[in-house]
Amino acid sequence: MTHSPTLPKRRLCHLILGASLAASNVAAAGDGRLLATGGATQFEGSAGGGLVPWAVLSGYGTGEQNGGTAFLTRVETGDYTLEVAGLAYTFGNRLELSYARQRLGLGELQRRLALPTERFDADVVGAKLRLRGDLVYTGGPQLSLGVQHKRQLDFAVPGAVGARDDRGTDFYLAASKLFLAAVDGRHLLVNATLRSTRANQAGLLGFGGDRRTGRSLVVESSAAVLLDPHVAVGVEYRQKPDNLGFAREDDWKSAFLAWFPNKHVAVVAAYVDLGSIATLERQRGAYLSVQASF
Amino acid sequence: MLGHSQIRLLALQAFLLAGLIACTSHPVGNPTTFEQLGGSPGIEAIVDDLLEIIVEDKRINLQFADADILRLRTQLIDQLCAESGGPCVYNGLSMGEAHAGRGITTAQFNALVEDLITVMTARKVPIRAQNRLLKRLAPMHREIVVP
Repeated sequence: MTHSPTLPKRRLCHLILGASLAASNVAAAGDGRLLATGGATQFEGSAGGGLVPWAVLSGYGTGEQNGGTAFLTRVETGDYTLEVAGLAYTFGNRLELSYARQRLGLGELQRRLALPTERFDADVVGAKLRLRGDLVYTGGPQLSLGVQHKRQLDFAVPGAVGARDDRGTDFYLAASKLFLAAVDGRHLLVNATLRSTRANQAGLLGFGGDRRTGRSLVVESSAAVLLDPHVAVGVEYRQKPDNLGFAREDDWKSAFLAWFPNKHVAVVAAYVDLGSIATLERQRGAYLSVQASF
Repeated sequence: MLGHSQIRLLALQAFLLAGLIACTSHPVGNPTTFEQLGGSPGIEAIVDDLLEIIVEDKRINLQFADADILRLRTQLIDQLCAESGGPCVYNGLSMGEAHAGRGITTAQFNALVEDLITVMTARKVPIRAQNRLLKRLAPMHREIVVP
């Protein structure tokens, strides 16, 4: 085995060199988009605001680049906590794939109803396809079609109160546009999302119910002003179906402050009003989300 | 029913809100974007700083390797002056002609935008003036970047 390992070695070197060149050309570090134009990550794992998925795709990659995000979110509404962690990756600013794990801490509800569990977990697997347009540079808005497949992992209680299924799939069409220097010289982001869903409380309480089993078409919207390239303030509204007979479900609202110190980190703080959740009224409180982009 | 003190509080809030709106909206005769960029000397300084940054910016400097820098400087100055409402006319090639065949990507276009923002911020150009200039430059994307 003394004779010449040179050839395979050289071949390997060529291969590695070629691969790294290809990687640097095709999938250069995904930082070609302008700061903040990747948005944050909403609580179901898709690029967006806090509550609503936007038409933008996660990360900062342009057409020739790939990139993604990882995020952690925590919401406290007094009686409940929601913790979410997830990942998203975008190929060529065209297709975003995402995964999020949600954990709803039942707190007060468990005590009040003597529930056998202290939390509901759920998984969300998402995909979002940019159909056309660019958030900043095209006349029309950026338009994306998304899907979120959700699985509620602690279905005994939701099933007992009338939820039909432990899994469901949401489809949505999102349109986002950044209007440059639109509000007193500040850039304005406007987003509208149309969603088809059977989810109860976004799926945390299962899908379909005794009151309504089928799909509902709901509207979600966001508006934000970029005070400077690093800071945005905005509001979101998310309409929701009301499928379960045992408890009313309300639309969700939020007001947020987002900070983008650079293209690697984003922090979103918000005040959310989630209305009535599983008979506990006035669930309002703080939302905090941290996102890393790569 | 509203009590006297509540009415006073409401009046105070209305007064403060009006003051806030007055402060954030434009006074009459406010400076043009051209003036906020510092007029001709300000724009010349911005372009000089920008060219220095471009030369060091590995994302885009190769695109400028064969450029006639003096000519580029004059044209950038004329263009920023004209686009910001200043008393200049840009006589150079159209953006489509000037960048044809270079294969400029959105990432490269954005790199130049970022460099421009860096320079303007360093030169203390107000954010409103920066944004208004960017709004004028953004439509050039569709001429410069070939899909």
